[in-house]
Amino acid sequence: MSTLKLTDCQKGKIKEICVSFHNDPGELINVLHKTQGEFGYLPEEVQREIAKNLNISVAKVCGVVTFYSFFTMTPKGKHPIAVCTGTACYVRGADKVVDELKKQLNIEVGGVTPDGEFSLDCLRCVGACGLAPVVLVGEKVFGRVEPKDVKKILDSYKE
Amino acid sequence: MGQYKMHLLVCGGTGCRASESARLVDVLGEELVKQGLEKDAQVVTTGCFGFCEKGPIVKIIPDNTFYVHVMPEDAAEIVAEHVLKGRRVARLLYQDPNSGETIEDSKHMGFYQKQLRIALRNCGFIDPECIDEYIARDGYAALGKVLTEYTPEQAIDILKKSGLRGRGGAGFPTGIKWEIAAKNAADQKYVICNADEGDPGAFMDRSISEGDPHSVLEAMAINGYCIGANKGFIYIRAEYPLAIQRLEIAIRQAREYGLLGTGILGSDFDFDVELRYGAGAFVCGEETALIHSMEGERGEPTVKPPFPAESGYLGKPSNVNNVETFANVPVIYLKGPEWFASIGNERSKGTKVFALAGKINNVGLIEVPMGITLREVIYEIGGGIKDGKKFKAVQTGGPSGGCLTEKHLDTPIDFDNLLASGSMMGSGGMIVMDEDDCMPAVAKYYLEFTVEESCGKCAPCRVGNKRLHETLEKICEGKGTEADLDYLRNLSSVIKDTSLCGLGQTSPNPVLSTLDNFWDEYVAHVTTRTCPSGRCKALLHYSIDTEKCTGCTACVRVCSTAAITGEKRQPHVIHQDKCIHCGACFDKCKFAAINVQ
Repeated sequence: MSTLKLTDCQKGKIKEICVSFHNDPGELINVLHKTQGEFGYLPEEVQREIAKNLNISVAKVCGVVTFYSFFTMTPKGKHPIAVCTGTACYVRGADKVVDELKKQLNIEVGGVTPDGEFSLDCLRCVGACGLAPVVLVGEKVFGRVEPKDVKKILDSYKE
Repeated sequence: MGQYKMHLLVCGGTGCRASESARLVDVLGEELVKQGLEKDAQVVTTGCFGFCEKGPIVKIIPDNTFYVHVMPEDAAEIVAEHVLKGRRVARLLYQDPNSGETIEDSKHMGFYQKQLRIALRNCGFIDPECIDEYIARDGYAALGKVLTEYTPEQAIDILKKSGLRGRGGAGFPTGIKWEIAAKNAADQKYVICNADEGDPGAFMDRSISEGDPHSVLEAMAINGYCIGANKGFIYIRAEYPLAIQRLEIAIRQAREYGLLGTGILGSDFDFDVELRYGAGAFVCGEETALIHSMEGERGEPTVKPPFPAESGYLGKPSNVNNVETFANVPVIYLKGPEWFASIGNERSKGTKVFALAGKINNVGLIEVPMGITLREVIYEIGGGIKDGKKFKAVQTGGPSGGCLTEKHLDTPIDFDNLLASGSMMGSGGMIVMDEDDCMPAVAKYYLEFTVEESCGKCAPCRVGNKRLHETLEKICEGKGTEADLDYLRNLSSVIKDTSLCGLGQTSPNPVLSTLDNFWDEYVAHVTTRTCPSGRCKALLHYSIDTEKCTGCTACVRVCSTAAITGEKRQPHVIHQDKCIHCGACFDKCKFAAINVQ
């Protein structure tokens, strides 16, 4: 059990989302999408609250959350970085870009920097293979990234 | 596109948007106004032109001028020169990578000459957010024809005659699939469009959904009429925000025009479409897993039969086809099944869209007639291998497919030939690799993907692929033995034979096909412990050329494990026991004194 406590306001928000999908357990994935959009991630307490609203077991909610890579139980950084490791990016050297990001940020893939500024993830194919290798920072797409470009990209997000 | 003399088509696909095409559209519009030409020319945001490598792209109609890598700064010149004076801006034209020749219009570009666009017929021509443009190009005419002229049985017969096979991977005849769903009587049936394109390196379904969303809606409605369903779902990846947005707009417009909803086109046929979002699980491309995911469950596949056509979404008969399959359907009704069947070869009719990517000059989305050879695709459409390197392999079918090599270059591409060559059509990813790519490492890459994406339901896939991956890792680290190669082969065949769904049954393909085609490379990894392409870091051997070393000590300072020693101004030595093969010394040395083997 983690120690996070949801406020009544947050609980109200979750309830609202569930009601908008008619508290239908068949809409669980849509509920999770909406909730993650609201909270940024899906910690255990949020999952418990959703389970209560939809009248299903927490195990079922957790089973679905952990099954799909889009859902996360840990918060992301202020600037979430995602490196595409689809095949096209892979053969054009995405792995070297990942290594450089790991080195510069001093975190592993899946980690967040201690100041909460950056998080690092890999994702599979954003479909911009013409720009391979591709790095996303939030919604912004950087194409044809080489390890030497990493510092410049990171610096543009540091104040 | 009536009253304007000229149209400036700007690609608004994900690839070009990433290179600022949205701002380019704004700036071009502003320039037209500034130069008083807004009544003569119009800027249109279209779907993908396919030539993503050279984005952002601007195509000018009617003269088909094709500008590449256009930046917002270029807008003023295009308007002043081309729109006003009718002179092409030479510096923005496409240059053939081999001959260096400047090519003025798209009709003379090798990239387009060999292509035949059926599924992509509207991508790059129309504004996907405007239903009128789709209708102007015979959009929804096929739906009207089917509803007024054919019974559902006749309409299915036409599809069967066309020979269309599913474009999602397995190539099951679409007409037969529809017929089975039609014959299963039920009070409620569903049409499902699979837009959960999970193959890394494949983006055809995304491009169609972004560039021509109405063609998918129209085909789904025809499908609904044929099988007796009044409800359709598009299951789409949440990672495709632009495609979602365009589909939402298209659905709204189709409802406004009475092309979705009740009593479509004055008939008594009702049909509506809703979106359902995926959440990042490759296995959900498998139809039973997809249906479970739509029901809010974990996307785990179940045993077939029962097939979705008998018991699918909520236990009702459902027909599942992918985006590209649907995009082919309206044209078949308009131009006739004989026309469609005349394209392609004996057992594979029509065309196939491929996402051509990797080490190739013209990365992009292409559509070619079935039966074209790999050589034509790579050298004529793709413009050859990047940086003049040597072709090594092309990977088709994503993590379920295999590698084709030089000996397959002249094999006609179709469903059956690809299977016979140890690969598969898959959804259409085509990744080109050159001499610098290490095949055991590529197999390892795909297995890493499969291990991550295996749903874990059945042991052969869950455990077996993990073991395959570990063994490949061992080989790439130079710790493999010859016995490991036999182990890979045996384990692969067990996984193929005993897995429940298509994911496990095909996951060892990248291993088997690289073992078959690049056996020597595997042997080099396990016997002489070398990586012929130099990609496996752990197998690289760094040494100092004593003739060239000046003893500047630059390498000593960057070596993080103190593996380099020597006197100042004297040749240095790398101690192999301490070297971690990071390559820092190699990058640092100004005298090319470090050798890598």
